[in-house]
Amino acid sequence: MSALSRHIETLGALLLAVIWISPLVFAFWAAFHTTSDAVNFNVAAPWTLDNFRTAWAGAPWLRYFVNTFFLVTVILIGQFVITTLAGFAFAKVQFPGRDFVFILVLMQLFILPEVLIVENYAMVSRLGLFDTILGVGMPYMASAFGIFLMRQAFKGVPIELHEAARVEGCGWFGILWRVYVPLARPTYLAYALVSVSTHWNNFLWPLIVTNSPDTRPLTVGLSIFGAPENGVDISVISAATMMSVAPLLIAFLVFQRQFVQAFLRAGIK
Amino acid sequence: MADHVNIERRRQAIYGWILLSPAAILLTAFAFYPSLATLWSSFFSRGTRRRPSEFIGGENYADLFSDPTFWKVVTNNLIYAGVTIPVSIAIALGMALWANSKIPARGFVRTAYFTPTVLPMIAAANLWLFFYTPGLGVLDQIGSLFGLPSVNWLGQPETALWAVIIVTIWKEAGFFMIFYLAALQTIPEDLKEAADIEGASRWTYTRRIVLPLLMPTTLFIMVNALINSVKLIDHLFILTKGGPNDASKLILYYIWEMAFAFFDAPHAAAMTILVLAVLGIVAGIKFSYLDKRTHYQ
Repeated sequence: MSALSRHIETLGALLLAVIWISPLVFAFWAAFHTTSDAVNFNVAAPWTLDNFRTAWAGAPWLRYFVNTFFLVTVILIGQFVITTLAGFAFAKVQFPGRDFVFILVLMQLFILPEVLIVENYAMVSRLGLFDTILGVGMPYMASAFGIFLMRQAFKGVPIELHEAARVEGCGWFGILWRVYVPLARPTYLAYALVSVSTHWNNFLWPLIVTNSPDTRPLTVGLSIFGAPENGVDISVISAATMMSVAPLLIAFLVFQRQFVQAFLRAGIK
Repeated sequence: MADHVNIERRRQAIYGWILLSPAAILLTAFAFYPSLATLWSSFFSRGTRRRPSEFIGGENYADLFSDPTFWKVVTNNLIYAGVTIPVSIAIALGMALWANSKIPARGFVRTAYFTPTVLPMIAAANLWLFFYTPGLGVLDQIGSLFGLPSVNWLGQPETALWAVIIVTIWKEAGFFMIFYLAALQTIPEDLKEAADIEGASRWTYTRRIVLPLLMPTTLFIMVNALINSVKLIDHLFILTKGGPNDASKLILYYIWEMAFAFFDAPHAAAMTILVLAVLGIVAGIKFSYLDKRTHYQ
């Protein structure tokens, strides 16, 4: 009985896995076949790269890739600097009003930047950052989530190390840079993976703030490319989709363990 | 001596605020000020060239409450949340229990469950277009094997929202699974051994021991899922654009449409405030109630 139920469970687990992965596998397969072969499930049909050629010629993909790459880099650098400083202040510096300000910061976890699109758009325009990569990135740099994560990481650093560095004549900044930052390396890595994959995939805000191919990230480019008005056929859309998810997907498959660990570390305090 | 302590304290205070200032400035510019500005502008009429905008109190809110589309969108979002939250949590739990048990091809199973999480919502929507397209789509092709008629999943009001919901669940479940997996790995082995000695079945063990121990994780995931049910709307842009007849329109999409397609910022602001109020209540419950009740370390 137990053996039977175990087999059934294994079957269930595998079946769900196959169902879960099938949209991706199917789109991958379709991207390498002509549309008529793809929609007719012609399994024996020859493989072709034509869809990729058509898709590649249909939009400035290279530019989109570069834009997305810049965007995630700018955001990550901004987040590292800002959340390190703020996290350190919350973890290790005593100052009046600290707890109150920390609660304000935590509130931002629920004031989603996505919901404030109208006023954030006004703010970005006022700052003259409309249609710039900096404008896309800025609202995400002072991430409450990141500040919280860094605070937790810095809190775990033993005070003896701090004091030892001080005795050696390190100033505040030196202590932060030489003691805390190196010790929090796993947290930085985790945060980086979560941040990069979030912003690589972000869509609504970049859609609003960008207005030209020079700043548009991949997701926005992909949505414009695949819009029904453009009448692009489905195999070509699949090819474009595969192209734009490939870097992150390959990185994920290679560094799967680190990715999963990162999401865990970031999610569970 | 007391002077010395005082100076040190003042130094720390200055230091703290200097370290905090970049974050404080950005949070003010992109979270706190915009929230207040949204609240403020929700009390004003939309300015036109002939009539400048003026203070109208709660009129924008009253307009919303008498707007059938608003109620349609709210209902849609409630269904969206009411289905995606429990279903993706249940699937995530099942996935985690399976991915944690000793089954063959466990690596493949885990990867398959988690992979949708790393895709952009836009890409996910493109993948699912293949399934939903009438006539050519995978669903129709499978249906036609059984002699079922072609269904325009995205093009008819009865199914459009459900098609959107399925994509969200597909995208979310694997992400939540990760948190359950982590929690499962912290459950001590001896509990399982004790249950075995007592002769408890696997089902009893799961129901009586594992599930209660997963409660804090479930609450954590629930808050995340709730936030996602407001935030995850990217696929609407590809799949349905909120149609047909607003059948699949969700709140955030409606806000976007009002502000950036109809240029009606005041009503968009009023709606934003309502969303913030709901999120604020959720935050209040989370911080005051749940965190106290489920904190064990």
